[in-house]
Amino acid sequence: MRYVDEYRDSHIAKGILADIRRSVTRPWTIMEVCGGQTHTLIRQGIDQLLPPEVEMVHGPGCPVCVTPLSIIDRAVSIAKRPDAILCSFGDMLRVPGSSEDLFMARAAGGDVRVVYSPLDALEVARANPDRTVVFFAVGFETTAPANAMAVRQAKLQGVENFTLLVAHVLVPPAMLAILAAPGNRVQAFLAPGHVCTIMGWTEYEPITESFHVPIVVTGFEPLDLLEGIHMTVRQLEEGRAEVENQYVRSVVREGNAAAMRVVAEVFEPCDRAWRGLGPIPNSGLRLTEAYRAHDAELRFPEVVAEVPESEVCIAGMVLQGRAKPHDCPAFGTECTPERPLGAPMVSTEGACAAYFLAGRRREAVSS
Amino acid sequence: MCLGVPGKVIEVFEEKGMRMGTVDFGGIQRRACLEYAPDVGLGSFVIVHVGFAISVVNEEEAARSYALLEEMGNLEGIDLPAEAPVTREGAAS
Repeated sequence: MRYVDEYRDSHIAKGILADIRRSVTRPWTIMEVCGGQTHTLIRQGIDQLLPPEVEMVHGPGCPVCVTPLSIIDRAVSIAKRPDAILCSFGDMLRVPGSSEDLFMARAAGGDVRVVYSPLDALEVARANPDRTVVFFAVGFETTAPANAMAVRQAKLQGVENFTLLVAHVLVPPAMLAILAAPGNRVQAFLAPGHVCTIMGWTEYEPITESFHVPIVVTGFEPLDLLEGIHMTVRQLEEGRAEVENQYVRSVVREGNAAAMRVVAEVFEPCDRAWRGLGPIPNSGLRLTEAYRAHDAELRFPEVVAEVPESEVCIAGMVLQGRAKPHDCPAFGTECTPERPLGAPMVSTEGACAAYFLAGRRREAVSS
Repeated sequence: MCLGVPGKVIEVFEEKGMRMGTVDFGGIQRRACLEYAPDVGLGSFVIVHVGFAISVVNEEEAARSYALLEEMGNLEGIDLPAEAPVTREGAAS
């Protein structure tokens, strides 16, 4: 496939790795924010091919992993209502709530449907005018324009039974929270290429200045990641802290104006709690006043009790890059992709699942 | 979650007030909303995320940056594990 296959060329990968080895003189800790990038790094073993000075730590860029327990519980509770149809991306169905996940809600008779696009959920609403369709709107800046368009179409065309359960999160506030946390080890970031395809990179410029950290907008194929790491190491070695763009085939500084316009019409920033990280100011999106009629939380104000997370699971430390998955006592024993204790073990983009699926075990990785 | 797959636009049409298209992903064809790719035309490559084209691939920039990568591939290599597994299938999950 064009723009995919050529970015997996092992000859070029070796050349980039060689140049990284030549340019590195001391230890650096780099965080890739996006879970999709984590998955490629671990599955391809890229982190193990890097020189020992370059340590990759894995960030919170997995929306499935950071959606709070209380919102999962709310989705489960809505899914069990006979007057509702819950539509979701497939990843969310196995995320454990406090006592059940969406698969269990479906087994108990709830109408839970997996969709590929929010526009598919809108079609479900058109086809079922007597029931309320709730689309579980999770995701980062990349996904917000699609979800915004679906609810905008619903309003324009009078599809009143289409609603969103919104759990959107934003990348820059999470990066700021990680940098400001005591004990932070992150010295540079690979910024997620598709988030920046929508938003551009102007929001990252003040972060590089305030914290003196290089940020390199990076794509998702193995060569993209290697080149992004290469550019980051160069900046670190030269003492520079700038935003650079590796993913030039998709990202421009100003982002996607058409998408940003619709997002700004439909959503507004709000404070949001991140599973494992806690509340972060202005780190989420909610529907604007004009679209509140399509807010599932107002349509179904179920009371959901706050339940504490598992005491064993260290997902929060993993999501902040302060621990590796195999540092967790439950990793691979009490907690596996089949029976996950924490969300990073559920999603294919979660760091714990990435380590588990790549066969990394506690005894095998002792460094 | 932020998965985006590049594909070629082979059809453009209007549906329910939205500009839509058919996109070919190496033989598999799917519909995508083109509202966020206003400049797209037949034959353009777009990156598609959850049924929406989120960008039109800048083919010039792609060619220019790939040429730089190829140059780096020609740099003298140093010892690496014999089976560097970076070309295994299926990186775009």
